[in-house]
Amino acid sequence: MSTHASQSFLEEKGKYPGIFSWIFSTDHKRIGILYLVSMLSFFAVGVMLGIMIRLELIAPGQTIMPPQMYNAIFTLHGVIMIFLFVIPGLAAPFGNFFLPILIGAKDVAFPRLNLLSWYLFVGGAAIVILSLFTGGGPPDTGWTFYVPYSLRTGTNVTLAVFGAFVLGFSSILTGVNFVSTIHMLRAPGMKLSQMPLFPWTLYATGWVQILATPILSITLLLIILERVFGIGLFEASKGGDPVLYQHLFWIYSHPAVYIMILPAMGAISEMIATFSQKRVFGYKAMVAATLSIAFVGYLVWGHHMFVSGQSDMAVIIFSLLTFLVAIPSGVKVFNWVATLYKGRISLEPPMLFSLSFIFLFSIGGLSGLVQGALATDIHVHDTTFVVAHFHYVMFGGTGFAFFGALHYWFPKMFGKMYNKKVASVAWAIMFVGFNVLYFPMFIMGMRGMPRRYYDYLPEFQPLHFLSTVGSWILVTGIIILFTNLIVALRRNNRAPANPWNGATLEWKIPSPPPLENFDEEPKITGGPYEFTR
Amino acid sequence: MEKQSVHTSPSYTLYIFIWLSLLVGTGLTVAVAGVNLRTFAIVVALLIATVKTTLVIFYFMHLKYEDRLFRIMLIFAISTLAVILSLTFADIIYR
Amino acid sequence: MQETTALIHDHAIPAQGAKIGMWLFLFTELLLFGGMFLLYAVYRMLYPTDFHYAATDLNVFVGTINTIILLTSSLTMALSIAALERGNKKLSLAMLAITIICGLIFMVNKYFEWTTKFHHGIYPGSEALEARSHGENLFYGLYFVMTGLHGLHVLIGMIVLAVLFVFIMKNPHEKIALSSHQLKGILGSRLSIMNANNKTLWQSDLIDKNLKEMRVELRYEDHKKDKINHRDLIKLENGGLYWHLVDIIWIFLFPLFYLIT
Repeated sequence: MSTHASQSFLEEKGKYPGIFSWIFSTDHKRIGILYLVSMLSFFAVGVMLGIMIRLELIAPGQTIMPPQMYNAIFTLHGVIMIFLFVIPGLAAPFGNFFLPILIGAKDVAFPRLNLLSWYLFVGGAAIVILSLFTGGGPPDTGWTFYVPYSLRTGTNVTLAVFGAFVLGFSSILTGVNFVSTIHMLRAPGMKLSQMPLFPWTLYATGWVQILATPILSITLLLIILERVFGIGLFEASKGGDPVLYQHLFWIYSHPAVYIMILPAMGAISEMIATFSQKRVFGYKAMVAATLSIAFVGYLVWGHHMFVSGQSDMAVIIFSLLTFLVAIPSGVKVFNWVATLYKGRISLEPPMLFSLSFIFLFSIGGLSGLVQGALATDIHVHDTTFVVAHFHYVMFGGTGFAFFGALHYWFPKMFGKMYNKKVASVAWAIMFVGFNVLYFPMFIMGMRGMPRRYYDYLPEFQPLHFLSTVGSWILVTGIIILFTNLIVALRRNNRAPANPWNGATLEWKIPSPPPLENFDEEPKITGGPYEFTR
Repeated sequence: MEKQSVHTSPSYTLYIFIWLSLLVGTGLTVAVAGVNLRTFAIVVALLIATVKTTLVIFYFMHLKYEDRLFRIMLIFAISTLAVILSLTFADIIYR
Repeated sequence: MQETTALIHDHAIPAQGAKIGMWLFLFTELLLFGGMFLLYAVYRMLYPTDFHYAATDLNVFVGTINTIILLTSSLTMALSIAALERGNKKLSLAMLAITIICGLIFMVNKYFEWTTKFHHGIYPGSEALEARSHGENLFYGLYFVMTGLHGLHVLIGMIVLAVLFVFIMKNPHEKIALSSHQLKGILGSRLSIMNANNKTLWQSDLIDKNLKEMRVELRYEDHKKDKINHRDLIKLENGGLYWHLVDIIWIFLFPLFYLIT
């Protein structure tokens, strides 16, 4: 494409040598890769902890670890996977790397702030990890840090909560950066209505990060203050109301679910369009659905608290509002399927991940309705049904979208192509393993298997066993997937500038992109999905 | 660069006038607190505080002179807070 | 200089962008305190009489004085920005100094207020407080957390403004350094200095691939000169926005804690 040979951002030598050329770089592409690498390391730890939980549950009674350790491990699995993997999710690595490129900019609005938020991310993670080995040992409260237990337990909740507080700060700064970038730095001629859908979801996500995360910050701060000073704001014996803690926690944590899933939906839209070689069906409806999911996300937090002693009125209101979320989500699924219709579909690995996303996310979403309805929720509340539901949404949804996006953009990010056959095999194994792992949890939950329990009745054993076997299959798939990508990095199988015949701006520049993305500022005249045959 | 040297901000006197209004508002809210208005006391106090805040935001913080985008964003942020407060009270009031 | 200026502009985000970022950050502050106001609202509804009773122990006079101090500091802050905009560096610095001093007085008052409470045995988790009714305990819990958090913001604001004070006071000293890869955009052109009538006074060699680095440095002779760096103005405006937000929070805290007797 470019007339005079410009170096890629990977080769370009900045001011600093070696590792410092990465950790002192304010280039959004390098920061994106920093996020990618650090998040995947945490993901590996989270997977390992998950495997240990499943292994413990393969048979009733003690199998490989004592109960206290089990409590610590599922807490840690939750904290690591939520705060260190799915919340940064697709926004931090792919958002950083591709948001400026997709809107035709050279970088994000505040590059130095961007680097700072990565430092905060790593710093917060380090504090969380430090909390495991100091004080009273690893926290055992579950990732929700519910009072009153989180105020009384002797484990090192204070430090872990502080780590999460710092992570929240990182998330806020990313949100501020992305929203400002989209308002200020779009290429000349690009109206908001001509922006690809991935930036749109990052925009909505940015707003949720800005307006919801501070509530988490103050909640976590209060836990620390309560543990240090014993103020009593959440302690019934001092006049406080523990249910208010749950309110504050979920005021953040429900919108946080949309921080996790929205960028995934955006990336799926990009992939579905590219691999169908068709304009996204109902672009405007997609944008509207994105924004309304982000907004409705603020209205439904009470559905996590149906059995917490809320007023009946609140329960009814929250249940009603919860069903509203299904509408924009339904619009999205419908539009994806409609985009596929009569498209020229090519089943490349990213597309396989995208299609399975639609399938798994639909199961996750529909099972969510079961819990949004009042009567059925009381039955399945705090059972493995809930665990299955949110793993279908978070892993089957965000996780599969993440791996899809990784395969979609990998050639662009590193300029190398992986072995597509191996990638497809890895996908197939993961897909099977995933369902074998989590589907039995739906059934067990319906039959009354509580979540987070260390021990269980013998009647649940066959399904628990099946589920554990599923975890092995899933991990096999994940290992193959990453081995394939690492091998690709080491080999020299150059990827072309546009391996998928994509239409958005990132495919119009060389792979990997040059330091300043575009040799000439792109002029935008049409919509984002004009495919050429 | 050249555009920045144009004075878009209000005059010194306007600022001092706003400051005086804020002081009057403070005096008013202290004076009203002495009167027994029962439940209205909180409403009046918050009303005065809101008026004061509006003055600060529009003049001291230049919102009046900014792009429309800023106002839309502010309204959005405040309404989010309002939604959060009112839905929490849907629980507290009926409990 | 034209090419260089154009290149710098590409990199520096326009003033409005920095302001958008600042407002977005202020929204997060709004929501942060919003969470606390939520707790306040709920507990005040649950324990109205206890709250009234507990508030009688707070000193309305000190509270009012502090309100006036903060409002005044907001005025001087706004004036400082306006002065800098009009090129009046001395006035701007004087106003900024008053703003910081107001913040300092506010904090000193707060210090004496808190320590007086401590002397009466009222501090979070104290026995004297737990012996009182639930509502009073919660009132003081909220009081310490909210005014404490606010005080922390005042402190941060003071530090930010002090840093800005130094920035503005220092003679502007512009330095542009571009390494070879950044010169790509202006490859093939020349650096030149022109006067107002577009007459070229000086022209550099052709900028080609052999050029390793380009530095332009502007120094000023007189340190007391009213020379203003426009990037400082944007920073000062953002610092001001933060300071005003802190003021707004106090506008609400004051009646809610001091005036409910």
